[in-house]
Amino acid sequence: MTRRTITIDGNEAAARIAHLCNEVVAIYPITPASPMGEHADAWSAEGRKNLWGSVPRIVEMQSEGGAAGVIHGALQSGALTTTFTASQGLLLMLPNMYKIAGELSPTVFHIACRSLAAQALSIFGDHSDIMAARSTGFAMLGANSVQQVMDMALIAQAVTLQSRIPILHFFDGFRTSHEIARIEEVDEETARAMLDDALIAQHRARALNPEHPVIRGTSQNPDVYFQARESVNPYYLAMPQIVQQCMDRFAALTGRQYKLFEYSGAEDAERVIILMGSGVETALETMDELNRGGERIGVLAVRLYRPFDAVQCIAALPSTTRAIAVLDRTKEPGADGEPLYKDVATALLQQFTAGKAPFDQMPKLIGGRYGLSSKEFTPGMVKGIFEELGKVEPKCGFTIGINDDLTHSSLDWDDGFRTAATTNTVNALFYGLGSDGTVSANKNSIKIIGECTALHAQGYFVYDSKKSGAVTVSHLRFGPQPIRSSYLIGDGDAQFVACHQSVFLERYDMLDKAASGGTFLLNSDQPVDQVWATLPRKMQQQIIDKQLKFYLIDAYQIASQSGMGQRINTIMQCAFFVLAELLPMEQAINAMKSAVEASYGKRGSKIIEMNFAAIDASVNGVHPVTIPANADSVIEKPPTVAANAPEFIQQVTAEIIAGRGDNLPVSRLPADGTYPNGSSAWEKRNLALEIPVWDEELCIHCGKCPFVCPHGVIRSKVFDPALTGPAPPSFKHVPIRGKEFPEGWHISYQVAPEDCTGCGLCVDICPVKDKKVDGRRAINMAPQPPLREQERDNWDFFLTLPEYDRTSLTFSKMKEAMITQPLFEFSGACSGCGETPYLKLASQLFGDRMVIANATGCSSIYGGNLPTTPWAKNNEGRGPAWNNSLFEDNAEFGLGMRVAINKQRDYAYDLLHRLKGEIGSERIEALHNAESTTEAGIRDQRERVEELRAQLKTIQRPEARWLEAVADQLNRKSVWIVGGDGWAYDIGFGGLDHVLASGEDVNILVLDTEVYSNTGGQTSKATPRGAVAKFSAAGKASAKKDLAMIAMSYENVYVAQVAYAARDVQTLKAFAEAESYPGTSIIIAYAPCIAWGNDLADNHQMQDLAVRSGHWPLLRYDPRRHEQGLNPLQLDSKAPSIAYRDFVGNETRFNMLWRSHPAEAEQFLNASQHEATARYHHYQQLASLDDSPAENDKE
Amino acid sequence: MDLRTQYLGLELANPLVPSASPLSRDLDMARRLEDAGAAALVMYSLFEEELELHNGMAREHQLVHAEAQSYLPVHPHSGHELDNYLEQIAGLKQALDIPVIASLNGVSLTGWVENGKLLAEAGADALELNIYSLATDIAIDAGQVEQEYLALVSELRGVVEIPITIKLSPYFSALANTVSSLESAGVNGVSLFNRFYQPDIDIDTLRVSPRLQLSHPGDTLLTMRWLGILHGKVDVSLAATGGIHRAEDAIKMLLAGADITHLCSALLLHGPNRLTEIRKGLELWLEESPYDSVEELKGTLAHRHSGDDSAYARASYVRMLGGYALNPTQWGPN
Repeated sequence: MTRRTITIDGNEAAARIAHLCNEVVAIYPITPASPMGEHADAWSAEGRKNLWGSVPRIVEMQSEGGAAGVIHGALQSGALTTTFTASQGLLLMLPNMYKIAGELSPTVFHIACRSLAAQALSIFGDHSDIMAARSTGFAMLGANSVQQVMDMALIAQAVTLQSRIPILHFFDGFRTSHEIARIEEVDEETARAMLDDALIAQHRARALNPEHPVIRGTSQNPDVYFQARESVNPYYLAMPQIVQQCMDRFAALTGRQYKLFEYSGAEDAERVIILMGSGVETALETMDELNRGGERIGVLAVRLYRPFDAVQCIAALPSTTRAIAVLDRTKEPGADGEPLYKDVATALLQQFTAGKAPFDQMPKLIGGRYGLSSKEFTPGMVKGIFEELGKVEPKCGFTIGINDDLTHSSLDWDDGFRTAATTNTVNALFYGLGSDGTVSANKNSIKIIGECTALHAQGYFVYDSKKSGAVTVSHLRFGPQPIRSSYLIGDGDAQFVACHQSVFLERYDMLDKAASGGTFLLNSDQPVDQVWATLPRKMQQQIIDKQLKFYLIDAYQIASQSGMGQRINTIMQCAFFVLAELLPMEQAINAMKSAVEASYGKRGSKIIEMNFAAIDASVNGVHPVTIPANADSVIEKPPTVAANAPEFIQQVTAEIIAGRGDNLPVSRLPADGTYPNGSSAWEKRNLALEIPVWDEELCIHCGKCPFVCPHGVIRSKVFDPALTGPAPPSFKHVPIRGKEFPEGWHISYQVAPEDCTGCGLCVDICPVKDKKVDGRRAINMAPQPPLREQERDNWDFFLTLPEYDRTSLTFSKMKEAMITQPLFEFSGACSGCGETPYLKLASQLFGDRMVIANATGCSSIYGGNLPTTPWAKNNEGRGPAWNNSLFEDNAEFGLGMRVAINKQRDYAYDLLHRLKGEIGSERIEALHNAESTTEAGIRDQRERVEELRAQLKTIQRPEARWLEAVADQLNRKSVWIVGGDGWAYDIGFGGLDHVLASGEDVNILVLDTEVYSNTGGQTSKATPRGAVAKFSAAGKASAKKDLAMIAMSYENVYVAQVAYAARDVQTLKAFAEAESYPGTSIIIAYAPCIAWGNDLADNHQMQDLAVRSGHWPLLRYDPRRHEQGLNPLQLDSKAPSIAYRDFVGNETRFNMLWRSHPAEAEQFLNASQHEATARYHHYQQLASLDDSPAENDKE
Repeated sequence: MDLRTQYLGLELANPLVPSASPLSRDLDMARRLEDAGAAALVMYSLFEEELELHNGMAREHQLVHAEAQSYLPVHPHSGHELDNYLEQIAGLKQALDIPVIASLNGVSLTGWVENGKLLAEAGADALELNIYSLATDIAIDAGQVEQEYLALVSELRGVVEIPITIKLSPYFSALANTVSSLESAGVNGVSLFNRFYQPDIDIDTLRVSPRLQLSHPGDTLLTMRWLGILHGKVDVSLAATGGIHRAEDAIKMLLAGADITHLCSALLLHGPNRLTEIRKGLELWLEESPYDSVEELKGTLAHRHSGDDSAYARASYVRMLGGYALNPTQWGPN
């Protein structure tokens, strides 16, 4: 029977079975598991039914903890229930998992395994998360490839119903969850044959039901708890056999046979590696290669990890086994081995001492770690481990894949080792931008090849750590056999290398990857006879040495001529098909055109015509480049960072930027996760095609452009013009307008040309219009390349100018506030980001005294993702001190900081008094009663503390030493609790609420993008009604939570709701007021996001419409006003002046629902219109209440 | 009472026709409108910009990084807007007995002919063109603007056989002449008037800002006036649109000369039942009026029955202004 093949990734494979076999799906977003929930939600939104003809109900919860609660309840009520998660999400489910397993409730949790946050967060794959769930009572069943994910998902479903034991079905995050592969589909018929209706009926019969009530979840005491805990043993003992039976049934249906422990290799192998997960595939591929070369080795893949069947495990080993290495993809600091190793060790001991082992001599056993956080695991590494096993005294507790020069745990491996798989497949690499469609085009190519040819296909995509200007490298393999290579395409292995952006030529050594005789395709606007000279010398030499075929395409020109604008994805895809010759060109063209029609419809659409034209033009647009005999380029790869960068930046940061982070030895990395501030300034990314240019003659010095700049690249300084002697000739500066500055002083607005992302929002906000030239403003965009060097010099000079004296600035005035130095600069946030201007503003106003607790999310990623981070220091060395704890605990994390600071400050006061005799009461008095609400007051106190420090050095008492350690706490500290709406409205709301109630002096900044932005735009309780987001594919049915109103109900909390581009001065005032308020403050900041589907070039207009429509009323609630007899609430925006329809009509997140679900969209719109009007009216009434004491007294 | 009326050569059961609005996106809602008494249905507009919107959306979906391979969910049913529109015509034709009028809304004067042809082929009973084009170019004179309208209509007339009506703005120097020329070019009806987006200026943010666009009861005077002027002078069908919220509004339009009256804001605000109320109101009024049918009452108070139009209008204007009573006490303190 020919089975249908499909080309999908691991997440989709799991989600298809989960959706098919369940009724209730409780979800919450977390990378890399989110796409499973997104698929499930989208399918239910379109009415896709499960095996029993009903559409599964998708429930998004406020956290994974919440999802687990729903699952527990749904299982107790008899529904077939599932979820998807990873990492911290799984940790949050742990308490419920004990309950679910304790009550023998059948369910499957699908886990895309991911690292846990320790010294740092990592979104990438390893087994740390599932290993933390070992003791819950859940069974653990692993899948090693995309095919196996689909297979195991169904097998797990069948097993859990029969065994009653819940199952974690796990597969490696990214490597398997995000790998696209051509697989055989597990169809409905197979699922139906695997799932026994009688077992489902039994599950339902066990449910809580008042028709035949029982009580479950009792509280037990010392007399019976223990026995009851042991009562489940028969179920666990029976389970391995049930799993094997289900696997056998599955094999009969599909021809794919699985076992609990799968041994492969020589029957007389002496050396065996035991492992689980995607690494198995690489180990198998390598083992085959080595055995073909005459080795006698084997691999034992663990499929069912819990319950761990020790008998089967050891019985699966050949009797000739002499040495075993057990590999764990996790780390347990302080343990004498990782979990799988220890399980195998115990099993070995048990079976051997019982005389049940297949061998008569106890094998050597070593354990080691590999692949943490998706670290590559290659055939060379597998070979290295087998070689280690051949040694007389193999290393135990080893690591492989890193250079541990600290504790020397690492094994050596041969980086150049290759298996036959390398040459049996066509390996293709594509270097593109996250924004140029390279990834989507490659996904499409894989589908075309998977569907139109007999070839097997694999696609894996590597992204860099930035959001704006992210570089993507697509690794594609095609071959006649199933592809098991679960590692990246290595050096010298790619028969095809495509460079989709010519700017990468100077940045990446992409031809290191090219195989001899391979093909290099470059997208460049250079003429075919001149393009050679634009390559760096190293690249030229590689083309000559490797005898590469070099082809050129001007994709941007073809795109432009065919009306596709800047979209080159289809063109580059077409060029690949032309050169790779994997299928007849005519077939490829037809398939590409079909894909275009599938995306954009069939009839009369311009975009289809444009795509078709681009495809046709691309076929003839690929030109061979004649390769000269010699490399003669004068272009050398520029240094990664400037020569004057600090040592750490040179030795660590620059290596990571250059893509050599894998080579950094352990000793170079900080043990506790501490990194220097301000590293982003050293990474010059040159992303912008155009940068702003200041017109000093038109400018009125309003300060709006630096205010809105999301990346802190446009700055203003006011200075004595006498300092401009050494300035480059093109450095612009003019006398500043306004009497608040010293007479004759100048102002300059300067752009950091290599850090700008080119969003153009500075131009958009500029209020000055050139009366002579239409459309021209006081700041205008101009091409970056011709300006780069000149402006780089100007920027460098600008940085040497002194900062203006902060104590003489009025921060409530935009012009003056914007003269301050941003201590948040050049982040990796999206171009035009709506969040970052708020952080930059806070850093300007309070950066020198900020301590920041940052919830996980976009702001923790662009704020703290290596290699470079944006939180900086001022010239005095002061700046924001930043940390990210978790997603769910951020308010508490910040509160802890405040409590600690206050405690140490009070202790410092105490010590001051204890040292009264030595210090003198006058100084103590001054330190204790310091005014620290103004810049001058803060400066004076810092000077006092320095004087104190000097004095303490002279005092020989223990208290003096103690005081030295806490004296800094006498300086004002501004604690900021920063996070997105996912944190504040959902997962962290309980903690946030508690902190709001605490009255402690913390400032909470909620960057409200109205979705979980970082994980790709899932619905939060901040998502407005009627908006389409992931997990609300049919539009969010409920209204947005009014967080401001909740916060105001405490009455002693400072609350502001702001939108910086709608009323900038209101935002400025709110920040100053919040920070000065000596209690809890919360600022809820409207932040347009790329996840809304609009171009962020319209960021400001979107804010404006949100405010005008009443969607986002601006307000400030200051409890201090109450003391003055004033109403604390000030409504800063006018009554809605446009229809809600006009607000939502401009935003894709809303208007796409008008196409997919028009009736619902209309209902949502009507409800939202009513709410917007009513909410404003309600606020208006609150703001107009008479708050004078006299009035209140009357009542 | 006989409520029937002739519009674009179609015989309608009454003169109440929901105009282009999102209500026609949903088949159930369309059925409810028919049940409520709608005599025909103008579909929601196929916007020229919408056809290009997919372009933009496709671009945004490509902004990817490790944690987000996409942002918005992709609906399998949210295909191209034109495809959806054509399918909706077919769906409405199947679901309804009343005529279905397709509506094209564009800012440019290109691309209409091909789309118009597709709409006709999909089964639309008539075509309404809504040209949202402000003449902002000082190099283009009024004659050129009108010529473009006429060329468009002529070209479209050449490829579709179904009736064509055009929604006009009031901003023509010689509206009566323009309508007459359009008639010669082949239109079967005109709809008065299109409401242009009228931006306001916000002095706080220094931005140009949009304003509320829904019509209000009473926004009918300009339309009424021009219906009155055109009635009897041209042979095309006349539709009144904008501000018709009550039976009284509809009756006035009919008296002024409209063949049908369009309802939009009233239905969006109050639902399909409002249509029933207006129809009942019309019936009731007709019973008490000297007329037995809508055909009889149409245009009885058109300006041609009031002598010299311009003199009549001018005289009214003079009386109105002169009669305005100043009341300085309302002005507040000096």
